[in-house]
Amino acid sequence: MKRIYVDNAATTRVTETARRVFIETMDNTWGNPSSLHSIGQAAAETLLKARQDVAGCLNAPRERDIYFTSGGSEADNQALRTGAAMGKKKGKMHIVSTKFEHHAVLHCLKKLEKEGFEITLLDVGREGLVTPQQVEEAIRPDTCLVSVMFANNEIGTIQPIAEIGAVCRKHGVLFHTDAVQAVGHLPIDVQAMNIDMLSMSGHKFGAPKGVGALYARNGIWLTNIIDGGAQERGRRAGTENLPGIVAMAAALQEACANMEEHSKKVTALRDRLIEGLSQLPLTIVNGSLEHRLPGNVNVCFQGIEGESLLLLLDAKGIEASSGSACTSGSLDPSHVLLALGLPHEVAHGSLRLSLNQDNTEEDVDYMLKEIPQVVSYLRSISPVWEAIEKGEIHYAI
Amino acid sequence: MLYSEKVMDHFTNPRNLGKMENADGVGEVGNAKCGDIMKIYLKVENDIIVDAKFNTFGCGSAIASSSMATEMIKGKPISEALQLSNQAVVEALDGLPPQKLHCSVLAEEAVQAAVKDYYDKNGIAYDPDMFKTGHCHECHEGQCSCD
Repeated sequence: MKRIYVDNAATTRVTETARRVFIETMDNTWGNPSSLHSIGQAAAETLLKARQDVAGCLNAPRERDIYFTSGGSEADNQALRTGAAMGKKKGKMHIVSTKFEHHAVLHCLKKLEKEGFEITLLDVGREGLVTPQQVEEAIRPDTCLVSVMFANNEIGTIQPIAEIGAVCRKHGVLFHTDAVQAVGHLPIDVQAMNIDMLSMSGHKFGAPKGVGALYARNGIWLTNIIDGGAQERGRRAGTENLPGIVAMAAALQEACANMEEHSKKVTALRDRLIEGLSQLPLTIVNGSLEHRLPGNVNVCFQGIEGESLLLLLDAKGIEASSGSACTSGSLDPSHVLLALGLPHEVAHGSLRLSLNQDNTEEDVDYMLKEIPQVVSYLRSISPVWEAIEKGEIHYAI
Repeated sequence: MLYSEKVMDHFTNPRNLGKMENADGVGEVGNAKCGDIMKIYLKVENDIIVDAKFNTFGCGSAIASSSMATEMIKGKPISEALQLSNQAVVEALDGLPPQKLHCSVLAEEAVQAAVKDYYDKNGIAYDPDMFKTGHCHECHEGQCSCD
């Protein structure tokens, strides 16, 4: 059976280039970059080149402002800890973020709250967007950090990062963005956008899992999450994951070089899918259509539950994801969908299809044929569907 | 794989699926807010459940639990159906992941609710204490209390 992978927001297949350089690095540049001998110094040179490449793709002014990490979650934690520690020194204990951040940000903020910080989480509205005005209004004299994600992982909405960056710079507040879903997919210029810290993760754009980076501009003294050796300018101990880092740099360069072409192709596929799926009765498209990642489709089908939908789609070869409670491992549906103001009953029926350049028109044809069938089957066995269809049950959306 | 082969079999080929016209007893438990609702229909003749059907809104294990529960009570005397425990449903399905055990509780409760409805409709006296109060009927704000 043909398998259609449309869960690229969860992870991506490793690209041919990334796979090749990963293996080359293991074969040829396997030394420890901290060693003084030749194989060690070869590794150090390779590491430097990768750092320069990543810095180049983000338009970071200096390669030394890129700190390699184990992934996006570590970068998020380190950025928030850094902003908090810098604020605390000046007696500033207030942090502004949003309700629909990734858990790597939200759970870290929860901890900081227990440690005495005050956290303001901004509403994201029905469209899933935060405005620069909201950020400006939330900033107080004691605000030390603003953290707003570049693009949301579930609904794909792109935030006005440059404008938020300008507001933060104006008020002298540090600005971090979790750009895990954006890097490699959207143009990013950390200088022009006034981004002080940015988190990224390799496996969202064709690199292997277990490698990411934190950009922190000159003048930011990072707080260590991992203490030990002097790697990453002493701010992140541990022998570098060189094959992963080199593969990430290669995948990022490739993604940035082809960004326009991929974006155009994927956007067209996305729009056809959204158009087709939104024809189904009592179906809601989640998040702004205008400010949206090229590959993100997120819909809620009323009267059904997401996990059973995913299992049946998987049986038809379609690999997708959902924000239903049953798939989140908790009893509540996704905090992102709830932040949009969707009732639990509707949020349980969500489906996320995240496309990339490997998807085709045929994939879209197949999905538009199969998904409606599965949805209508599940509705036919649902004890609530008849009442929803007749309007006897109405959810305020 | 998250689920046993038995669960996947009952999920993808559910037994006794669909609405029953003129059912003698109907039980609906669960809550859309929690993400699962089970409705079980019974046909009863001489205290024997001669047919059972179901409709379910919920995850794979909720659908499989309803399917299995209806299989387990079909052809049985009502007194036996009332003894159906969620553990028996779990065992018959070759196990459920821990976070899905509440689906089997719903199945047990749906059967009981359907029998209670049959008793009520037919004026059959019973001890109200024999029917458990629903574990999954109520959701608290932002937090479902199913277990």
